[in-house]
Amino acid sequence: MLEIRDLHVSVAGTEILRGIDLTVPTGEVHAIMGPNGSGKSTLASTLAGKLEYEVMQGEVLFQGEDLLGLLPDQRALAGLFLAFQYPPELPGVRNRHFIKAALDALLEHRGEEALNARQFDKIYRAATKDIGMDTELTKRSVNEGFSGGEKKRNEMLQMAILDPALAILDETDSGLDIDALRLISEGINRRRSPKNATLLVTHYQRILGYIVPDMVHVLIDGRIVRSGGRELAEELEERGYDWLREPASEIPTA
Amino acid sequence: MTQAIYDKYVSDHAMFEASPRVNGPAWLGKLRATGLAAFKQAGFPTATRGNEQWKYTNVGPIERATFDLPSAQAAEAVSLASVKSVSPWDDGWSRLVFVDGFYSAALSATQADGIAQVTSLAEVLSVDEVQVEHHFGKYVRVDEDGFTAVNTAFARDGAVVQIPDDSAATAPVHLVFLSTAGPTATVSHPRVLVLVGRNSRLTLVESYVSLSDGPSFTNAVTEIVGAEGSEIEHYRYLAESDAAFHIGRTSVALQRDASFLSTSLSKGARIARNGLSVLLDGPGSSCVLKGLYSTSGTQHIDNHIDVDHKTPHGSSEQLFKGILDGSSRAVFSGRVLVRKDAQKTYATQSDKNLLLSEGARINTKPSLEIYADDVQCAHGATAGAIADEALFYMASRGLDEDTARRLLVAGFANEIIDGVRLAPLRQQMQNQLSLETTRASAG
Repeated sequence: MLEIRDLHVSVAGTEILRGIDLTVPTGEVHAIMGPNGSGKSTLASTLAGKLEYEVMQGEVLFQGEDLLGLLPDQRALAGLFLAFQYPPELPGVRNRHFIKAALDALLEHRGEEALNARQFDKIYRAATKDIGMDTELTKRSVNEGFSGGEKKRNEMLQMAILDPALAILDETDSGLDIDALRLISEGINRRRSPKNATLLVTHYQRILGYIVPDMVHVLIDGRIVRSGGRELAEELEERGYDWLREPASEIPTA
Repeated sequence: MTQAIYDKYVSDHAMFEASPRVNGPAWLGKLRATGLAAFKQAGFPTATRGNEQWKYTNVGPIERATFDLPSAQAAEAVSLASVKSVSPWDDGWSRLVFVDGFYSAALSATQADGIAQVTSLAEVLSVDEVQVEHHFGKYVRVDEDGFTAVNTAFARDGAVVQIPDDSAATAPVHLVFLSTAGPTATVSHPRVLVLVGRNSRLTLVESYVSLSDGPSFTNAVTEIVGAEGSEIEHYRYLAESDAAFHIGRTSVALQRDASFLSTSLSKGARIARNGLSVLLDGPGSSCVLKGLYSTSGTQHIDNHIDVDHKTPHGSSEQLFKGILDGSSRAVFSGRVLVRKDAQKTYATQSDKNLLLSEGARINTKPSLEIYADDVQCAHGATAGAIADEALFYMASRGLDEDTARRLLVAGFANEIIDGVRLAPLRQQMQNQLSLETTRASAG
């Protein structure tokens, strides 16, 4: 699904990602963990195509095709989805209308027929119910007046409706109460299928109590310093990240 | 103003007065003479100093242009279908259609509900209506500025809408002012007088539109009186051509507990001014004034709003929003005056702008002048561009930039458009806006 090779990324002249190698096979859920400032969000945003993130070196293949040559909207149409850490507000743009426009664009790209209002409404209502989203909110402008947790739910709502091949979740678990965390985790588990993949970017081990990842990667200072199974996350929970900050010669390859 | 152009207005006026079409009562003849005298005195407000009311709007191009008096014959070539194509429309509305300032009976149709009296001014004047004489010209000062003065000097045609006491007009009343912009540039000076009786209700739409891309000048004056307890819903739709000049003055007087809800939707003209003055002249009277203006190219649109709180327990709310593209300019100015006796006044003023290009400029200057001590007043203005963060977010959902921008612009406009209760008008403005953003991003 996703192959990242020797990816170097700079923001405003400072190198943040310093050679990332990562493969996420189809059908798997991978977690990327790391302390603040390690480059987790930079990786997520680079994959989605954020302009300020300049790729200096390396390549990314998405479903076997070059990803970095695509514009952000083309990446989305190709099946990549980023759940934002801080989703922006879109004043005056109604949530339902926005998601319908996104789904319409996707269906049109695939040469499929657009849904009529009633068909969409059915999907939309079912998805808001699944994610435990207040139907009042769905009538408002996108993310306007939403609490932090409501914004995260809205990201998950969009993910559920757009059903991307690859979902990248940037700290979707932070700032959530336990009920919201459980609902969102259920949403992520629901989408698990042999046809798609998910990349969970997180600071905390907590969400991994609900979602069992196939692989855990530890990102420190712009490099993946260790990869392992679920038990790696537990180890991180016990020992923190410092034990992995070792002299460069001893860093195991990912 | 150069002598030649000034002389033309004066000689045109002499010709106008000599025309057999201009008869009417003596009082109006006198008023017209006063208008001409005031115009001779003031000229157009082009002074660069001491001209606070027109500080950000240069009307020099209007002053320098030559306009002929229009011909009543132009209306004969206009079909109803062409009027419908440029104007919001509902067959259920009463309508008076004016072509280059002349009332067209053929294009007009009123709903006979036995309540709303909707007639052309020329028609009312031919029988010297006492009510009209009593109110006509009483809510604008003839020497307010050169535009109102010259409008008064040429006052001949327009509309009179009267709603008797304790009645509600069943259908909205639509006044359509159409500029044909024929072979030569012409000027029209329409007058509208609206009298809404005690505890009565009216929905009024004024549309100012062009049938072609040629230059024209519409210099309109509308006076609206809401008697005690009346409710008036007013819309002003302005979509003249990019070569047109438009100066509009709307003066509203509200008596005790009367309410006035007004929305102006301004898409254009080359230079346009939407002057709106509301006098809260009775305790508990209120107004909500909203506006949406959308400019592109080198357009200039000026919304100048004055609210005068003369009596206590009044409320006035202003919400204007602008969408500016190209190297266009917009102005939001005016003043809320709260007089000494206007205690318990509630007044707000807000102007928000979305700048779609680097070259677009807004001069926004809300102001409050308060002489009462027990009031609640607030004002504010903003201007900003579409946030890159919002565009990236929308792109990450598969929306191309054009679609994303259109959604954001429509979202910005929704706050005003959603408040428009007449669906055809809402639709008309939405169409205007999406055309506009498509064109803007393509260019």
